[in-house]
Amino acid sequence: MSSQTDQAGPASRSPETGRPPGRAAAPPDSAGVRVRGLRRSFGTRRVLDDLELDIAPGEFVALLGPSGSGKSTLLRAIGGLDPEVEGHIDVPERTAVVFQEHRLLPWERVWRNVTLGLRGGDLRARAVAALDEVGLAERADAWPATLSGGESQRVALARALVRTPRLLLLDEPFGALDALTRLRAQRLVERLWEEHRPSVLLVTHDVEEALLLADRALLLGEGAIAREFAVDIPRPRPLDHPRLLRLRGRLLAGLGVTGGEPS
Amino acid sequence: MPENQAPVLTAPAPAAPPPEPGPAAPRTRARGRRPRGAAVALRRVSGLAAVLLLWWLGTRQGWFGSTTPSPGSVREAAVELLESGDFGHHLLVSLGRVGRGLALGIPLGLVLGLAAGLTRWVEDVLDPPIQALRMLPHLALAPVFIIWFGIGETSKTMLILIGPVFPLYINVLHGIRGVDNRLVEAARSCGLGRWGLTRRVILPGALPQIFVGLRQALGIGWLTLVVAEQTATTSGIGYLMTDAREFLRTDVMFVVLVTYALLGVLSDLLVRLLERRALAWRRGFAGV
Repeated sequence: MSSQTDQAGPASRSPETGRPPGRAAAPPDSAGVRVRGLRRSFGTRRVLDDLELDIAPGEFVALLGPSGSGKSTLLRAIGGLDPEVEGHIDVPERTAVVFQEHRLLPWERVWRNVTLGLRGGDLRARAVAALDEVGLAERADAWPATLSGGESQRVALARALVRTPRLLLLDEPFGALDALTRLRAQRLVERLWEEHRPSVLLVTHDVEEALLLADRALLLGEGAIAREFAVDIPRPRPLDHPRLLRLRGRLLAGLGVTGGEPS
Repeated sequence: MPENQAPVLTAPAPAAPPPEPGPAAPRTRARGRRPRGAAVALRRVSGLAAVLLLWWLGTRQGWFGSTTPSPGSVREAAVELLESGDFGHHLLVSLGRVGRGLALGIPLGLVLGLAAGLTRWVEDVLDPPIQALRMLPHLALAPVFIIWFGIGETSKTMLILIGPVFPLYINVLHGIRGVDNRLVEAARSCGLGRWGLTRRVILPGALPQIFVGLRQALGIGWLTLVVAEQTATTSGIGYLMTDAREFLRTDVMFVVLVTYALLGVLSDLLVRLLERRALAWRRGFAGV
C-alpha cells in the first residue's frame, strides 16, 4: 500500500474543501496530543500508516471515517490500550476513555464503578459529585443492570470525569443510543467540555455529531488523516446553521456519500 | 427506550416525557409479576408431596413388590436408629469424611483453577495433565488408594478429596476465560493494575461459573462418600447400608438413601444461599 497522497479518493484533494492533513498547531504541551509516524497492521492489512495528529490543549477534535478505516484503532492507540502499535505518541498523563458500550462492571454499584481504580479518601463523595454532573447522583447505589442505556452511558461519562482528565477519548459513545437520548448526551458532553476544558478526541460515524461538538473534524482515510475541516461556528450550534449544513455536505462527500448537501 | 428514562441534563428542566396517567401504569405493573410467598412455597412442596404419596400408595397396593418398604416402616426404622444413637454416630463419621475431603479438595481445585486462569504458562503446564486425569473416573482409584494409603481414613479422605478438584478447576478456569475482555480493557484504562484487575474484575466475573463448580464439587463429594464407605470400614452411613443389606433390612437401607438425598439437598441449598448473596447484581432470566 502506498502513501495516502497517491491513493486518496478523487474528491479529497480539492483545495477548497479541506486543509492539508495533520498540520494543526499543537506544541508538545502536557495537555495536548502529538502523534507521529503511527503504524498499525492487523495481519497483512495496514490500518494506520505513518499517521500524524496533533490536538491542542482544550481542543475538541472529531474523527470521522468509513467503517473499518481505523478510527477506533487510532483512539485505542492514543489511549494506550494497544500494545502492538508502532510510532510516537505524546499524551497527557491523565487520560480517560468512554467506549461505545458503557462497560460498567455489573457486580459493582454505580458509584463504585465511577471510582474504579481511584485511591484516596472519600471516594463516594467524589463519585456522587461526578454523578451529579451527569444528573445521576440519586442512582449512586443502583446496580448497573437497572440503568437504561442512556443512564449507563452517562455513568461511563462520570467515570471518566471523576479522573479530571486532560485528555478525554470518546469512542462512538452515543452510537448505541436512540436519537433523542443521543441529542441530550451530546449537549451534556458539550457543557462538560466547556466547564472542564479537557482536550477531546471524539470518534464518530455521525457527521452531525462531529459538527455540533468539534472545533475540528478530521477525515481518516488510507491509514492517515486524509482531510481536515475547521468547524468555526459559534456555540451552541443549531443543527440548521447554514455553515454547518455546508460543512455537512462536504464531510459526507468526503466520506463517499453522494446526495449530501451540495456545496 | 425505557419509559423511566431520566433526562440527560440536570440544569433547566428539559422536556422529560410526561409521566403516564394513573390507571394504565398499575395494571401493567401487576401483570406478569411472579407469584410470591405462599403460592411459591405450595408449588415447591406439592411435587415432593406427590412423590411421597405415590410411594405410600405403591407399597400399600403392592405395585413395588414385597422388598420395598413403606414410608411408615422407613420412618419407624429411622426413629429406632436415632434413638439407639447408632445413626448419629455413623452420620458424624460420614460428615467428618466428606468435610475433610472437601476442605482439602475444594481449595485445591480453586487454587489450581485460579493459577491456570490468571497465568498463561501455568495453564500450559497444568492443563494437559489435569485434562488427562479428569478423564479417569476417580472412583476407579478406590482400590489403588486402599493399597497406597491403607484401609484407614486416609484412603477415604484422599478419594473424596480428589473428586471435587476437577469440576472446580475446570469451572474456575472457564469462568476466568469467559470474563468479558472489554470490561478488563475498560478497567485497565481506569488505572487498575494486575492485582486490582484480578480482584475487581476477573474474580467477580468468574464467580457465577465458580459457583457452578462448587455445586458440582459438593455433589461429587457425596457420591464419592458412598463408594468410599462400601469397603473396609465399620462406621459411617455407608457401612450402615452395607450392614443392613446383610440382614435384608430394606427399611434401614431406605433410611440411608433418604439421608444421602437430604444431605445433598442441604449442601446444595447452602451454596445457593451463598450464591444469592454473592451474585445479587445478576438479573438473569428467571423463567416464566
